[in-house]
Amino acid sequence: MIDGYNFGYLDEATKRMIRRALLKAVCIPGHQVPFGAREMPLPYGWGTGGIQVTASVLGPDDVLKVIDQGADDTTNAVSIRRFFGRVAGVATTESTPEATIIQTRHRIPETPLREGQILVYQVPMPEPLFKLEPRVAETTRLHAMAEYGLMQVKLYEDIARQGEVATSYNHPVMVNHRYLMSPSPIPAFDNPKMHMNAGLQLFGAGREKRIYAVPPYTHVQSLDFEDHPFKPVRAPYACAICGSEESYLDEVITDDRGGRMHVCSDTDYCASRPPV
Amino acid sequence: MYVSVKGGETAIGHAHAWLAEARRGETALPEIDTAQIEQQLALAVDRVMAEGACADRGLAALALKQARGDSTEAAFLLRAYRTTLPRFGYSLPLDTGAMAIQRRISSTYKDLPGGQVLGPTFDYTHRLLDFALAAEGLAPAAPAEAAQGAERMPQVTAILAQEGLMAPDAPSNAEPPDLTREPLAFPANRALRLQAMARGDEGFLLGLGYSTQRGYGNAHPFVGEIRMGEVTVEIEPPELGFAIDIGDMVVTECQMVNQFAGTESAPPQFTRGYGLVVGQNERKAMAMSLVDRALRAPELGEEATSPAQSPEFVLYHCDNVESTGFVEHLKLPHYVDFQSELEKIRAIRARWFAEREA
Repeated sequence: MIDGYNFGYLDEATKRMIRRALLKAVCIPGHQVPFGAREMPLPYGWGTGGIQVTASVLGPDDVLKVIDQGADDTTNAVSIRRFFGRVAGVATTESTPEATIIQTRHRIPETPLREGQILVYQVPMPEPLFKLEPRVAETTRLHAMAEYGLMQVKLYEDIARQGEVATSYNHPVMVNHRYLMSPSPIPAFDNPKMHMNAGLQLFGAGREKRIYAVPPYTHVQSLDFEDHPFKPVRAPYACAICGSEESYLDEVITDDRGGRMHVCSDTDYCASRPPV
Repeated sequence: MYVSVKGGETAIGHAHAWLAEARRGETALPEIDTAQIEQQLALAVDRVMAEGACADRGLAALALKQARGDSTEAAFLLRAYRTTLPRFGYSLPLDTGAMAIQRRISSTYKDLPGGQVLGPTFDYTHRLLDFALAAEGLAPAAPAEAAQGAERMPQVTAILAQEGLMAPDAPSNAEPPDLTREPLAFPANRALRLQAMARGDEGFLLGLGYSTQRGYGNAHPFVGEIRMGEVTVEIEPPELGFAIDIGDMVVTECQMVNQFAGTESAPPQFTRGYGLVVGQNERKAMAMSLVDRALRAPELGEEATSPAQSPEFVLYHCDNVESTGFVEHLKLPHYVDFQSELEKIRAIRARWFAEREA
């Protein structure tokens, strides 16, 4: 562990402040809680919110997994895992079942979470309405009044213009029948995994200085219409490595003549299955 | 076969070793010293210090060296260091009226008590490259020292205020807000706006300030005064009950004088746009004072229609460490989301073609 820094980088008073915000967030599922996000030694937009949340809930006995795009070995995941190795010295793992805390960017692991596990999402824009209403003072009011007509109209217009909803990732969800929430830019494919999940889901947005949460076994509904139900998107292939027809796939370009293959985005899930 | 991004850890290690080599440059040349940076690239150091929100010239010089001269990266380094420091409290308001003046000019009065002091300025230099500087030169001749007047230089806005021509800004003993501890919230009071701008990006504020002069915001500014020099920083620890001097620092202050038509309850008078920047940075102090005045539109009953008049627009976007992080995060992998977009656009295209064939 690196000298001169507190366990987990943040000082204890800051961690306490963040944990208070987390408790509030858990009590009001889907509600964005402002918090005094600190400047971190990693850039804004690269996971500072998630890192602060992880640092605040991390203990010496925790086992940490960090993924980006579903993979443990993407450069930013490596960088964040190394950061916690340096400032907390905790055990790390690539195995979803072995981890007690999983910090993620853009994916929910394929292996279902169990009770007691914490999934920490890195969130770039916590406000689900920001493309429709950029003024934070105004969106705060809309949330207070549960006035989400703007988003319903946007989805309706997508369907009217191009036959289906245009959002393929970061598809907004209603949490506990009350708050409209950004699931962070996970593919719509992952949205159903949030619903009644056994794990605790925490969301940290460092630059925007907001924290929110989905407690275990909470109702999470992807916004849709009765006659146009929500449709998760997945490439219609089997993984070229493990043969999975259920997992989310990355498309890999293999040559410049249109050759391509599809492989699991979740590298741990893929490696845990027998190869084809 | 599929190798993907395996080996990320090794790649990062190699990249950082390359960075260290590139930073050092040609080893036949002597390595630059942080003290040289601090002395000879003083304005770059000042900019980093202001945007890094940490008044320490030595650390700012180190940050510049480590960042290969990239001022935004250097400010980021300084911020990430600063955030680990404990906060003991806040200082008493700086008395810029008691500044040890290095520069002081007014564009509203030809002469005034204390006089006009040009100081070390680029103004009125001809921007001709000085090739003599490229050769190792002798130290420039010391300028003739003017007789040091102990005369206190009153602020121009205070002179206007005596006549009732300058709208007073109410003094406050409230604890100042601190956006490094509490997230921005709106409406943001003026102290918070000024704090955000003082550490904000010079280029962003310059562009916004400029926009108010070109019709995006109703600006009619005069430079009442710009002053730059050392001020004393004092704190008053509660257990002592009196102020103690903790050091001096150079700041640049700009007070813009602006027209105000008056309302039913307020007589026509001038209003102030205020800019204060750590170190010597007149461009930023001036731009800041233009934007400060523009942001006062609602308070003065003016219609707010331009970006510089929108507190959310200005404050959420003036921080270059936040801006650069989020802009540059686009280079992180996004292939999961892009894959969803691919499937989505293929589906929509298939429907588009099917409709036209039917």
